[in-house]
Amino acid sequence: MSNSNGILRFLTCGSVDDGKSTLIGHLLHLTGNLFDDQLLVLEEESARIGNAAGMMDYSLLLDGLMAEREQGITIDVAYRYFETPKRKFIVADTPGHESYTRNMATGASNCSASLILVDARQGVLPQTRRHLLICLLMGIRKVLFAINKMDLVGRDEARFREIEQECLSLAEGASTLAPGSCALQVVPVSALHGDNLSVLSESMPWYRGVTVLEWLENLELVESTAKAPFRLPVQYVLKGSMESNGWQHEDAQTSAPSHRRATWRSYAGSVASGAVKKGDRVVILPSGVETSIERLLVGDKEADAATAGMAVSVVLAGEHDVVRGDCIAHLSDRPEQADLFKVRLVWMDRQPMYAGRSYLFRTHFGTIEAKITRIRNRIGLDSCELLSASQFDQNDIGEVELALARRFPFDPYLECTETGAFILIDRISNATAACGMILHSMRRSSNIHLHREEIPRELRSAQKGQKPCVVWLTGLSGSGKSTLANVLEVVLHAGGHHTMLMDGDNIRHGLNRDLGFAEADRIENIRRIGEVAKLMTDAGLIVITAFISPFRADRDMVRTLLPAGEFLEVHLTTSLEVCEARDPKGLYRKARMGEIPNFTGINSPYQEPLQPDLRLDTASRSVEECADLIMNLLQQQGFIARSSSR
Amino acid sequence: MKVMNTEYLLQLEQEAIRIIREAVAEAEHPVMMYSIGKDSAVMLHLALKAFYPLKPPFPLLHVDTTWKFREMITFRADIVRRYGVELITHTNPEGLRDGINPMTHGSRLYTDIMKTEALKQALDKGGFDMIFGGARRDEEKSRAKERFFSFRDANHRWDPRGQRPELWSIPNLKKNRGESFRVFPLSNWTELDVWRYISREAIPVVPLYFAAERLVVERNGQLIMLDDERFKLLPGEEAKLLRVRFRTLGCYPLTAGVLSTAASVAEIIEELEQVSMSERCGRLIDFDQSGSMERKKQEGYF
Repeated sequence: MSNSNGILRFLTCGSVDDGKSTLIGHLLHLTGNLFDDQLLVLEEESARIGNAAGMMDYSLLLDGLMAEREQGITIDVAYRYFETPKRKFIVADTPGHESYTRNMATGASNCSASLILVDARQGVLPQTRRHLLICLLMGIRKVLFAINKMDLVGRDEARFREIEQECLSLAEGASTLAPGSCALQVVPVSALHGDNLSVLSESMPWYRGVTVLEWLENLELVESTAKAPFRLPVQYVLKGSMESNGWQHEDAQTSAPSHRRATWRSYAGSVASGAVKKGDRVVILPSGVETSIERLLVGDKEADAATAGMAVSVVLAGEHDVVRGDCIAHLSDRPEQADLFKVRLVWMDRQPMYAGRSYLFRTHFGTIEAKITRIRNRIGLDSCELLSASQFDQNDIGEVELALARRFPFDPYLECTETGAFILIDRISNATAACGMILHSMRRSSNIHLHREEIPRELRSAQKGQKPCVVWLTGLSGSGKSTLANVLEVVLHAGGHHTMLMDGDNIRHGLNRDLGFAEADRIENIRRIGEVAKLMTDAGLIVITAFISPFRADRDMVRTLLPAGEFLEVHLTTSLEVCEARDPKGLYRKARMGEIPNFTGINSPYQEPLQPDLRLDTASRSVEECADLIMNLLQQQGFIARSSSR
Repeated sequence: MKVMNTEYLLQLEQEAIRIIREAVAEAEHPVMMYSIGKDSAVMLHLALKAFYPLKPPFPLLHVDTTWKFREMITFRADIVRRYGVELITHTNPEGLRDGINPMTHGSRLYTDIMKTEALKQALDKGGFDMIFGGARRDEEKSRAKERFFSFRDANHRWDPRGQRPELWSIPNLKKNRGESFRVFPLSNWTELDVWRYISREAIPVVPLYFAAERLVVERNGQLIMLDDERFKLLPGEEAKLLRVRFRTLGCYPLTAGVLSTAASVAEIIEELEQVSMSERCGRLIDFDQSGSMERKKQEGYF
């Protein structure tokens, strides 16, 4: 879509009190985009709750939500609209408080330019560097620095030149992390008084560059996505047939076809990048089917060609099985497919990210299970340096390796935004945990194939007359996991079953000797146990594990490692009071005295299983009773034969 | 103010179609709120394009308070006939039984019962999980922060502080049973965009938008149309024939007209390009409490 005269989407960023909202509010006023009744309310509110010393407080126009009006800060992304005879603008107003990196990344993902505010009294602050870096990392290459509150530094040229220099060297420092040329502009303004917003200020005769509005109006929007290769993610399959009352959806028909009706099948989606013409030879990925575009529709009109951003539907030559999430690309310029990537993440969730955790990976080409396999680095937003990291907290940005459950088509983010971008979704809370940008695929993914097994796992377990599974005992320290595990194994063994018991004694001293008790280490501990348990079930064994394993996400991670149904979660619900009274190893006493950090139940949480396969309270049942109940469960679910119990 | 080139409307149109398709692709039971107004008219037009040549795969839902302008109801029937779309209408039966009305019960209670509560009833009844609305961000301050896809918990409540970020055009539409999304394809449109698009695409709208002589009464500085005999004049009030039009349409006792001579879409656009009053100034329910709209939205209002 030609955008030379199209909509300009830009974001504004600045620290609290830099005057972002004031600047946008004032621009709206100067361009005649405010209505009389809005101005009246504004005048009244300026007098009552304004912070502009008797002048119009334009920030009140933008700070919409009650909570933030009371606190005096913008807490979320707000969108504003205005137009001039030259173009229409969509402004993403993003907060400047440093804990809101996520909002800025959100705003930036849909913008092609950004306006960064700097308070002339304070000059470039650590936040300014962050704001610039986030914009650049998100792919924005057009940045205007508005040096605001020039009125409060006597509209002094020397002060402006000093800050201008700081801004330019800031951009240079960030260039290694964000390659590509960047259009930078620095303008001295007073958002409150309107200096250099839409007309050059008479009070700053030394500045004769562009005004903020001129810069926005004249930005060339040569969209890089229009030049990128053609990609069409299939969003919706239109399937129907001609009925007496017109075209009807296939699934909406109740009667069986009595005669041969005309049928319709087209693939709807928005062109993510590039351009397509009727008749073009295309390939469908991942299936690899080759065909051509027979008909092309933009909305309800037949078209000969379509470009990036257009919502089209295409009719393909021949009959093919194409589904939502498939990628249509030119035969001659198809995307790479891979399942292992180096990516850059902006971590948005309050829950920290650790290597080993699984998330849902969502792109235009579907939703796929993904695991963070390795943290490469965290980007120091204040220093532009790559730092080592064992976890990402909310608002951290950094690079990780990501392994997907299957291969999918993609482009590197810098080559094609829409097909190189993704989000990660937390599997339990459904929250958007992170947004990410694919840097490149990792070659390993196509070279390492899973070792092909000659003997299928079913044969191994059949030899033992059992079905393999993991009996995962979880509960507080002192709840009796090891004791119960031992008794259970003895009972199973007596019944002729082939078992293996894993607990702290045989794991912590060997395989996981290198791990401590920090959160990242605890996750890795469980991950390794899970992987070993998986190998043992492949060998056909019934595996019993006895670990506190306090975090739901870690237990779920092990569950997903195993074939469905082979993970039996047994929760020992014995209360903290009872466990602490037992205190077999004296650990609770030490923890209470502050000698053990991160001790579950005392200064670290235990997340109870939501739907365990079994709950056992060892305070009210004997260990033999508990073992019997687990045996019953194993029999009911067919892991062992009924006759094989004692 | 005149934008030389309205090609930008195409960008808004294509964006809205993408959102409509995405919501339907992820929905189990989608539905489109149809308020009969101009925004609904545009939204329906976009839905027809999005699934062309098939019909949109969802019904329209109208929450009928029984206090809509009569012309709106006539228009609604025309649209259903013209496009052959399925329409569900719902009125809160308890509200109807108790005779809840905007005059004696006040706009807040009336809106709670006949709109917000009625809407929740209708949504629960249909089990709808993706609900299209024609709201635009430029309408009101608290709407400026709405998402295209706005998550609602099982009680239809909106948490403005816990909204999901929307990155690129990749939405997170994961939800549990009972939870839903309100979907706003026109988020980025302004009132002027809506009219320019109506003009460009020749979309039919309710004639109440066009200036005509109408019987109105001035109450609290607002011009209220006497649409039927249920509206009683107070002592000292006087019905007058004035040339008015409506910028938004709702329940007639709560929707004020504005003096205008704009009798066609082109004249409305011309008027708006010079106008000095915002669109919702004719909506009385926005003013009944400070932070009014935000509070209503948290409770489940559209």
